[in-house]
Amino acid sequence: MTTENYDAKLGEIWELRLYTAGQTPKSLTALANLQRICDEHLRGKYRIEVIDLMANPRLAKDHQIVAIPTLVRKLPEPLRRVIGDLSDTERALVGLELRRAT
Amino acid sequence: MPKVPTGIDGLDQVTRGGLPKGRPTLVCGAAGCGKTLMAMEFLVRGATQFGEPGVFITFEESPEELAANVRSLGFDLDRLVAEEKIAVDFVRVEPSEIIENGSYDLEGLFLRLGFAIDSVGAKRIVLDTIESLFGGFTNQALLRSELRRLFRWLKDRGVTAVITGERGDGALTRQGLEEYVSDCVILLDHRVNEQVSTRRLRIVKYRGTSHGTNEYPFLIDEKGMSVLPLTALGLEHAASDERVSTGIPKLDAMLGGKGYYRGSSILVSGTAGTGKTSLAAQFTAAACARGERVLYLAFEESPGQLYRNMRSIGVDLESHAKKGTLRMHASRPTLLGLEAHLVLIHKMITEFDPTVVILDPISNLMSAGTSLDASAMLLRLIDVLKSRNITAFFNHLNSGGDAVETTDVGVSSLIDTWILMRHLEVNGQRNRGLYILKSRGMNHSNQTHEFLLTDRGIELRDAVGERKSTTR
Repeated sequence: MTTENYDAKLGEIWELRLYTAGQTPKSLTALANLQRICDEHLRGKYRIEVIDLMANPRLAKDHQIVAIPTLVRKLPEPLRRVIGDLSDTERALVGLELRRAT
Repeated sequence: MPKVPTGIDGLDQVTRGGLPKGRPTLVCGAAGCGKTLMAMEFLVRGATQFGEPGVFITFEESPEELAANVRSLGFDLDRLVAEEKIAVDFVRVEPSEIIENGSYDLEGLFLRLGFAIDSVGAKRIVLDTIESLFGGFTNQALLRSELRRLFRWLKDRGVTAVITGERGDGALTRQGLEEYVSDCVILLDHRVNEQVSTRRLRIVKYRGTSHGTNEYPFLIDEKGMSVLPLTALGLEHAASDERVSTGIPKLDAMLGGKGYYRGSSILVSGTAGTGKTSLAAQFTAAACARGERVLYLAFEESPGQLYRNMRSIGVDLESHAKKGTLRMHASRPTLLGLEAHLVLIHKMITEFDPTVVILDPISNLMSAGTSLDASAMLLRLIDVLKSRNITAFFNHLNSGGDAVETTDVGVSSLIDTWILMRHLEVNGQRNRGLYILKSRGMNHSNQTHEFLLTDRGIELRDAVGERKSTTR
């Protein structure tokens, strides 16, 4: 990704979806980690939607979810998927393309 | 152990009733061995024949590909899905699209399975093939503990599961799935020998139950899978006292006055052009005229050619074929492996339910396998036929140099009535002669009779040389 693109992306509103299955410790950790990362890097420019698949299991099939928790970056495109509780902040930043891999 | 029938032809006999109810069964084998088709047939038969809806979880093929692949077996997957008898979920794990970060589990997969099971009220489930998960996630220890949890969960749900796995080096499956599935393991195999392929099935283990331990040949055709059960019939079949006419009064007379025993095996051997097929045709026509059903397996001639040739000696096979009492099946022996032939013959016997089966000639089957294979196959076939009280009629072509009393297929000891056809040279004429080498359980003629192929059928003359009143 060029620097120009990268900065353009940072200008957009980010749509993030976190798939969980009930209030498990892993899911809660993932949500807390995600919120912290967004507040630090995308303040005011993000939306997080938490989808509890326990309440709506059909979406697991429709959205191809296997692992829990799964974070999906819907916007900006392209779609990115990160699985796990996001405990590695550096990796999460690179995974979401909030920081270029060095 | 309670079992559920698979509905797969022959498999329920081999497993003595089907797969363990409410437990997982592992079906493994190399690529292309028929795992997916077997698993799908288990589901389709369950949904259509046993009122047990099912779930197919596919990890490799899309639902569209899957439906297209099983359409060749006559299964309309789309319709079964529309009728909510089967649910399909394609679990696509694409490692390049997934970034792992921190700890996770496969609860999403569990939710999907649970949702699919609940959506159709499934009693059966297929996971094809769950090993794909190992390519999608890097945390192998986590995967293994999740798999263990998955199999426990499936048991708790009480669904009968079929798990497929690809054969690994020196192990049944690449990821050692056999470690998790301990109740029943079935191995499928697909071997090609001298360009001829044979599929085989073996039950590697089946806890708490007796089962067949042999390798059982199976076929996959337009009606699904059929396994040849090859149960150990041994020598327990009942012997019939009933006699059936050979279709030639004089030959009946030579065989104790009444012809062959019903359910016996008859071998007619001789060199080319001695009249073996004519003898078979005459017997066929006589059986059909009595209203019996005859399965005629021709390995040398097409039905049309046989009809024409037999018409020339006054035997009309075609009309019996049209009436449906005769089923003619012509195929080249080399088209299939010996065992595949056997499965096919078994299948035709089950479908058509004949009282007479003709194999013309068995010597040609030799070209589809080794001599040992051929006699083993015939032994199995004779067992199948005897257990059903079917009269078996085998022609055997001796090649010129062979001693007349040998059959290279080495089946003579299995044969009840053995008729030898030969050329006789009498007074500078080459004529056809017929001799009964043996016929168990009857007082048969011991003389060589000359016979003629006339336009009214086979005509036996008096015994050669000694035309006296002692001839029978």
